[in-house]
Amino acid sequence: MSDTHAQSVAFVRDTMLPEQAPPASEAGVVKWMRENLFPGPVNTILTLLAIYFIYKIVAGSLPWFWNGIWTTSSLAECREILQGATGGCFSVLTERWNQLLFGFKYPSDQYWRPLVAFILLAVAVAPVLFAHLPRKMLLFTGIYPFLAFWLIWGGTILSPLMVLIGVLAGLAAFRRIEASGFAMAALAGLVTAVVIWWLGGFLASAASGVLALEAVPSRDMGGFMLNMILGTVCVSLSLPIGILLALGRQSHMPIIKWICVVFIEFIRGVPLITLLFVANVVLSYFFPPETNLDLIIRVIIMITAFASAYIAEVVRGGLAALPRGQYEAADSLGLDYAQSMRLIILPQALKISIPGIVNVAVGLFKDTTLVSVISMFDLVGMIRGPILASTEWNGVYWELWGFAVLTFFVVCYGISQYSQWLERQLQRDHR
Amino acid sequence: MKKSVFLGALTVAGLTAGAAAAATLDDVKARGKLNCGVTTGLVGFAAPDANGNWEGFDVGVCRAVAAAVLGDPMAVEFVPTTGKTRFTALASGEIDMLARNTTWTFSRDVDLKFEFVGINYYDGQGFMVPKALGVSSAKELDGATVCIQTGTTTELNLADFFRTNNISYEPVPIETNAEAQPLYLEGACDVYTTDASGLAATRAAFENPGDHIILPEIISKEPLGPLVRHGDNEWGDVVRWSLNALIAAEELGVTSANVDELAQGTNNPEINRLLGTEGTLGEMLGLDADWAARAIKAVGNYGEVFEKNIGENTPIGLARGLNAQWTDGGLLYSPPFR
Repeated sequence: MSDTHAQSVAFVRDTMLPEQAPPASEAGVVKWMRENLFPGPVNTILTLLAIYFIYKIVAGSLPWFWNGIWTTSSLAECREILQGATGGCFSVLTERWNQLLFGFKYPSDQYWRPLVAFILLAVAVAPVLFAHLPRKMLLFTGIYPFLAFWLIWGGTILSPLMVLIGVLAGLAAFRRIEASGFAMAALAGLVTAVVIWWLGGFLASAASGVLALEAVPSRDMGGFMLNMILGTVCVSLSLPIGILLALGRQSHMPIIKWICVVFIEFIRGVPLITLLFVANVVLSYFFPPETNLDLIIRVIIMITAFASAYIAEVVRGGLAALPRGQYEAADSLGLDYAQSMRLIILPQALKISIPGIVNVAVGLFKDTTLVSVISMFDLVGMIRGPILASTEWNGVYWELWGFAVLTFFVVCYGISQYSQWLERQLQRDHR
Repeated sequence: MKKSVFLGALTVAGLTAGAAAAATLDDVKARGKLNCGVTTGLVGFAAPDANGNWEGFDVGVCRAVAAAVLGDPMAVEFVPTTGKTRFTALASGEIDMLARNTTWTFSRDVDLKFEFVGINYYDGQGFMVPKALGVSSAKELDGATVCIQTGTTTELNLADFFRTNNISYEPVPIETNAEAQPLYLEGACDVYTTDASGLAATRAAFENPGDHIILPEIISKEPLGPLVRHGDNEWGDVVRWSLNALIAAEELGVTSANVDELAQGTNNPEINRLLGTEGTLGEMLGLDADWAARAIKAVGNYGEVFEKNIGENTPIGLARGLNAQWTDGGLLYSPPFR
């Protein structure tokens, strides 16, 4: 008897049938459209409506971009070329490009300086933002503020150099005495730094020609550069100050606690624009004429105070979200206050606070445009004031404001994308 | 101890402030620069060009003063101010003079403690409406929405006008002239009101200026002029007579082109006194003899400044109107140089 059933079965398929293509209505574009765009009567109507609106927007704006004119020197010329056809007059962007970026008073042969500072900014913040970069790059980050100051404001390199040396000497003094008590060490560090700054002031004014770039006064800063300066400086200053305020608010020492509470509540209770008016208008009454504190510094102080109060509250939220056990665990390990905060509490609290902090940072960056109200010429101030008030460009709106929108969107969207990436990196699975 | 130190510091601050206020002319000379407050930008009156140089009608006054005092029309630090910050900037000493088409009013002169040194532009508040609205007089504007700049005299004038005529309106507050244009064009307001010069400049920038009309009513007097702080009359005199020199120069036929020639001496004693070849007018001001000649050479006489920045050949195209010399039926009337 045979082992096979060759005789008992009429036909046995011994090869696989090739796969059939799915029916046309269940494959490819058609299927995707059916599932995603037209799954039911309501969605079908919504899809058609959306397509209609998209068509209207594109049909309306495309000729405007397409016929855009980039090379004329005034709005009147644009209109002459267009002869009534729809078209943007983007020439205002090309003609006033430098003014939009740097303001109208920054010396035009020195534009490379803010540009270099901007490129170096990317190098300086990279190690702070991306933990896998070599830690030695942080050295450059430490030097960067002084370098950037020298590049943007000009003058002799001695003044930022002396400030840097003062900071380093103060730090060294602090380290040396740290063992015998925090307060003494902090005082010693401060005194050392101040003495060196004071001496350095004489040195810098005596030898004002050493490696000097052409000095540019603060009043001449403007355009998007001003927004970047205010945004970067204020965010980086307000983060540490905000953390300190948040910790201070949780402190058991009543004086520190109350100072922090009063500061935070007062600053949060006042609109930013009021603070800016105070910086611009009221402070100049208190100083004798000629001893004006630089307007940019006044504004930086006010915006930083404002942002740090908000960041303090965000961080406090993070601190409050930590289970009490974490604090007790730190204590039971025998860590002192500074160690427990640095090693256990803050890393967790800050991780929780990231979305809130980024929110404040993005808001702060956009709020820097408010300085246009106190007659500083940031990007918005440039558009509102000099450019729209010039006889050539009086009447150009969409092009200019569109440009401002685009610029701010790029920066803010970048910040928010980074923060989402960071959150994924720090994910330690509490789910 | 603490208190006395504090009081001492206050006294010193007060004294230095007082001393500084009393000798603005010396301060300006020592600084080598005139701090002049202007607008953050108003077409034709003050705006920086593509190279960042300030230009305009008000800017001309600043440059004339700088030329008279410092000998260099470019030695001006222009401090842009908004409608809200202009007076504090002047009062706090941040600027030496304000040339920011500011209306001379009683309370600004008396209560805010400023000194208006003259009038460089006679303006008045008017209304602009689209032709399609079919209105021919401001009195037909009952129930209209009106775009109006906040913090200015125009706001108060408007309320007065509508109350006097017993008609109602709905204000749409805006911050700057530049914001008003799109709002008005998009129909957010039926009427735009501001100084007639501003209306003309705004209308000139429209794509179809012919679709809009400026109503015949001028509802206010807006004498615009440069101003200085109270309490420093020497400095006030310098600014006042620099402005008067420009006005008198036009009346006397002195222009930037012929000033050099006329400064050699003429047989008109008033021209000679103005240009410093006769008399000691410059010395009385604390300046040198050819101060006025420098100012005229730098910016031209009043008529030249007007024509160059806002006159009929510019896009703004303002007629002289009230701002013609008194000899031509206008209001410009410089006191004699004697």
